Amino acid sequence: MKIRKLPKTTFLKGGTVLDPLKETSAKKDVLIVNGKIKSVGKGKAPASSEVVDCTGKVITHGFCDVHVHFREPGREDKETLQTGSRAALAGGFTRVCVMPNTDPPLDSPESIRFIAEKAEDCPVHIHPIGAVTKGQKGSEITEMSAMVREGAVAFSDDGIPIANAAVMRRALEYASMLGKPIINHAEDLDLRDDGVMHEGEMSLKLGLDGNPALAESLMVLRDLDLAKLASAFVHIPHVSTRESVQHIVVAKKGGTPVSAEVSPHHLYFNDTALNSYNTNFKVAPPLREEADRKALVKGIVSGTIDCIATDHAPHTIEEKEATFVNAPFGMIGLESCFGAVHTVLMKEKQMTLANIVKLMTVNPRNIMGFETDLFKTGTEAELTVLDPKESWTFDEDSIYSRSKNSPYIGEIFTGKVDSVITKGNITDL
Amino acid sequence: MLEQKHLLGLDGYPAKDIETIIDTAFSFREVLDRPIKKVPSLQGKTIVNLFFENSTRTRISFELAQKRLSADTVNFSASTSSLKKGESFKDTAQNIEAMKIDAVVMRHPDPGAPLHLTKHVDAVVINAGDGKHEHPTQAILDMMSLKEVFGKIEGLNVALVGDISHSRVALSNIHGLKALGANVTVCGPPTLIPPHIGSLGVTVSHDLDEVIEWADALNILRIQMERMGVGLFPSVREYRDVFGVNTERLDRHKKELIIMHPGPMNRGIEIDSAVADSKQAIILDQVLNGVASRMAILYLLLGGKAEE
Repeated sequence: MKIRKLPKTTFLKGGTVLDPLKETSAKKDVLIVNGKIKSVGKGKAPASSEVVDCTGKVITHGFCDVHVHFREPGREDKETLQTGSRAALAGGFTRVCVMPNTDPPLDSPESIRFIAEKAEDCPVHIHPIGAVTKGQKGSEITEMSAMVREGAVAFSDDGIPIANAAVMRRALEYASMLGKPIINHAEDLDLRDDGVMHEGEMSLKLGLDGNPALAESLMVLRDLDLAKLASAFVHIPHVSTRESVQHIVVAKKGGTPVSAEVSPHHLYFNDTALNSYNTNFKVAPPLREEADRKALVKGIVSGTIDCIATDHAPHTIEEKEATFVNAPFGMIGLESCFGAVHTVLMKEKQMTLANIVKLMTVNPRNIMGFETDLFKTGTEAELTVLDPKESWTFDEDSIYSRSKNSPYIGEIFTGKVDSVITKGNITDL
Repeated sequence: MLEQKHLLGLDGYPAKDIETIIDTAFSFREVLDRPIKKVPSLQGKTIVNLFFENSTRTRISFELAQKRLSADTVNFSASTSSLKKGESFKDTAQNIEAMKIDAVVMRHPDPGAPLHLTKHVDAVVINAGDGKHEHPTQAILDMMSLKEVFGKIEGLNVALVGDISHSRVALSNIHGLKALGANVTVCGPPTLIPPHIGSLGVTVSHDLDEVIEWADALNILRIQMERMGVGLFPSVREYRDVFGVNTERLDRHKKELIIMHPGPMNRGIEIDSAVADSKQAIILDQVLNGVASRMAILYLLLGGKAEE
């Protein structure tokens, strides 16, 4: 990976410009001057411009991930805003939202400011998500208004479900005043119990405690109904079960303001991947069975699920070297995201590249209220250049995160990120 | 020789290898009936018994099997190990490996821990129970005991009664018995039977009397009292009432039935003393066959030379 300053005048030549907002795709050149889009069209490279040959490549919006864990402050041994940024760039991401389950959690205007300030020096755009409740304890809501003023883009107690329905209701109501979504990790902790993987035939065979699909879908249903009651915007993270998809279909039909994300690993793997007790497959919510995976793919194709979000969750080798029961939940996912999602969706559903890119650009930006017209003249250049045909093997060298807990090591992907332009830099991978 | 280097579980384990182990176990059983019960088969081999969880009979059974085969043994239990001092599983494993041992017999509370161990050591790994996953040597000794009585396993009707959900004995027995062609029914309260058990090709029943009518043998599993507090069953009284195997219940059926129990027993709860001590119970034969089976497993996996 080489990050360098974008030349004053840069000309991306010979590529296909895929605009996921306008849903157009055509052979065009892109001229960037002083870090901003100057023109998109056919033309000659101005004298003194640096020409980047994009022949055979696709130039599109920089990817946006609404769900990552960069572990700062508190667990800088796993990831920092800086190392996480490099993982993001490796995955073609120019913009990410970091979850507040740090130590201490991002539950005050001061802690949001800490992230926002540190983010300025990072090579990608980083937006903090604030905690819904003080200390993520699930009872008292945080100073959301002041936190929004400092840069919070959404609220979540991620990792810890908001068990109390009354607290969830109040949080939804209060955040609706600010126009920000509440993101609740939907999992009924009593039903989950000691579950470390999906409850099914595989958990029985492996002798591991199961986490039933209902533990998720019950709380998803509750959150959707509460959002309806409060007329408030709820975002459902990492949907993993077919029942949850069904609940979202019904809620959307009924007009509830809801958006939903799915993680690449829930599209790519099912619970049979746990056969060898590899702790890199231990994640919450767990990898479900094939019927769930298929329903998630269908949910993506039908538009029930709005976006892809990696839930990039770094953990140290030492922690992941434990037995399956003792290892922490979570896997990294930024570097492998496009390869995995593109491979699985192209193969199974013959989705177009434009549709897949939309799930990682326009749709997540819409959820967070970010600018979506990224080819507009005068917009800060925030672009990703892809080679959608390149076949490659994901290995340890593909990882830029400080942690290496990826379940994709050895997987063969079609589609690779070539380079990324954002914050006045160009990164060649 | 056996196909697999380790014995981690009976899920997918070749049926012919289970049969080889049982046949070999019968010849070791003869050794155990001699006045001098020791053979030099594993002389010079070193085996570590690595117990991260309390065990009396399994550990003693393995240790006896090792001594009868003239192997050198070292015992290592969680209470005395550096694990208590926070050493990682990996370090414990690598330390053992550095000491050049030939086999590890391991019990661990976490499912998959023996497989995990094989990634860090070259030695042969034998699973002596990993959480509620598998306990393959127990299932092999159970099957050997059935074969001793019935002469075969194929076509037998075997019922596992009690706490199926938390039982590694049940899971290994199901895999082994199905591989050898037996019919298996699991019987217990729904709260102690895992929801997807049917996928393993077993029948589920909650009616012990119906099961007794059907079965050639009952393998009665221990009820763990700590399951009661969390509402998996309401009381000892009710459990004994519905699933307790007692003389009155057996007498009602007027049929020949073999009674097994992997121990330790809760006399008066899942099994009455009169039943446990009756002629139809082969519980102590299971114990003796346990030593013979473990001798066979160690012998076959460690490639010992032919006896004498």
